[in-house]
Amino acid sequence: MPAFLEVQNLVKSFGTNTVVKGVNFAFDKGEFISLLGPSGCGKTTILRMIAGFERPTSGAIRVDGEDITHLKPNQRKLGMVFQAYALFPNMTVGENIAFGLKIAGMPADQRRARVDEMLKLIGLPGFEKRYPYEMSGGQQQRVALARAIAPKPRLLLLDEPLSALDAKIRVSLREEIRAIQRDLGITTVFVTHDQEEAMSISDRIVVMNAGNIEQLGAAHDIYNRPETRFVATFVGQLNTLPTGVIPGISGERAIRPELISLAPRPETDLTLTGIIADLHFLGSVQRLRVDVGGTLINIDTFNNQTAPLHRGDTVTLHLAQKDLLILGA
Amino acid sequence: MKSQKFWAWFVFALGAAYFIIPLAATFEFSLRMRRGEYSFDAYASVFSDPQFAASFTYSVLVGLFTIVVGILVVVPAVYFVRLRMPWLRPFMEFVTLLPLVIPALVLVYGYIRLYGSSSLIPFTGSVLGTDILLTCAYVTLAMPYMYRAVDNGMRTIDIGTLTEAAQIMGANQLQIIGKIILPNILVAILSGAFLTFAIVIGEFTIASLLNRPAFGPYLVGIGTNRAYEPAALAIISFIITWGAMGMINVLGRFAPRTSARTD
Repeated sequence: MPAFLEVQNLVKSFGTNTVVKGVNFAFDKGEFISLLGPSGCGKTTILRMIAGFERPTSGAIRVDGEDITHLKPNQRKLGMVFQAYALFPNMTVGENIAFGLKIAGMPADQRRARVDEMLKLIGLPGFEKRYPYEMSGGQQQRVALARAIAPKPRLLLLDEPLSALDAKIRVSLREEIRAIQRDLGITTVFVTHDQEEAMSISDRIVVMNAGNIEQLGAAHDIYNRPETRFVATFVGQLNTLPTGVIPGISGERAIRPELISLAPRPETDLTLTGIIADLHFLGSVQRLRVDVGGTLINIDTFNNQTAPLHRGDTVTLHLAQKDLLILGA
Repeated sequence: MKSQKFWAWFVFALGAAYFIIPLAATFEFSLRMRRGEYSFDAYASVFSDPQFAASFTYSVLVGLFTIVVGILVVVPAVYFVRLRMPWLRPFMEFVTLLPLVIPALVLVYGYIRLYGSSSLIPFTGSVLGTDILLTCAYVTLAMPYMYRAVDNGMRTIDIGTLTEAAQIMGANQLQIIGKIILPNILVAILSGAFLTFAIVIGEFTIASLLNRPAFGPYLVGIGTNRAYEPAALAIISFIITWGAMGMINVLGRFAPRTSARTD
């Protein structure tokens, strides 16, 4: 099966500054893809080139076999949700959702039915007469989502849609977006700088840095088998252990905090001794910072109700050699 | 506290008196046409003058055309400069200020030279042509106000993102300006329109030199020939102005609110 969304040798320069340096990827229909990276890595520029708001310096973008590289945004049949909601302030919720349908020339009765369907889908039935300013940020962003998917676009583009919302709504809305996306089977490209967000929501993640793809894969692969130093340190927490911390191993190693335990496990074959330098109680998880011969190592352990730990306690760390990562370039 | 409040009211009263006393005096004078008693004779005289109705209607019509043309010129210009050519803004600011710097007299002499009946484009050769020329002159005179009103209106909305949101849903430039941008800056456009109207109604120089029967030349003519009617006319103009302002407030209430909650 040919890829549904294909990006080939995509390059974008602003003057002498090249922000996207020859990016390639191909995704299947119905996939949820995240472009993840720090600000300035080129992820938003790629999304804007897919949308048609930026003209690629070179390269091609294909959707469902059609080359859309040189089409205008209004000819691409895509849907997009913006960080700043961008609902039309002069229109009601219903008119906002119906906007794309009206432009496409859908008759009024069909439009009304589709708006009702969309409002039900986003959990805001009966809101069609409200104006955007009468709603909370989370509600506005759900309306923006409904507006984007109402005309049944070929691709759904999400440009950091959760960044302007507070933490709780962020988590619930991302789950909702994922559920709706799965329901409709709509191919989605999601731009974010939040690695937890990307991992929780995506089928596959494109980790980007300085205009290049660092790694492309499922969240599980990217977290457990990072291919570059950048991916290893950008995605999740990581301890780097210089030569000498682990006896008998020369060269730098790295390990995730949750792979170190205070009690032996069947697979652990290494032990280190250290003193608890700091201790954060996060509820279900306890985060320890242990001083092992001058190197501070972060450890995540589950909350232990019977034996509370204290600063200054001497502890033995158990880890497995197979969990150690060797960081590349 | 108390003395602060006193001074606040004192300054307010002073400011109010500055406006109200001359107005009251004018009104009082306009009622004294009949010797020894107050009457509305001056007003009756004004309203019974067919020239009043004719010149006023003419100026209102020219004013409406000026507003329409002004909106058609200014709104797309401000929109594209803000969206695509922001580096042009200082230049636009400068150009739109020129009508305030160049006297109307200079403007109209320039027009007569360029568009006179013996020139290549003889606008002044016909009545309709002269009316068109007058409207164009008024669009220019009102430009500083219209430009600033529209520019301020567009500052309050995120035209870049709204444009992109509309574009990705298939809208073209015309639909974006007509359905998204215009309705969202309606209040700003109305205030620009009101200022335009106020300028056109009272304008004398250009209308007089182009020899059009506008309200401004009529006012001046009455002012030089009569005693009580000019006072009555001043009061009438004042009421019309206030009426227009009230209309803007009423219409503004129907306009969409653009403030978005960020929580």
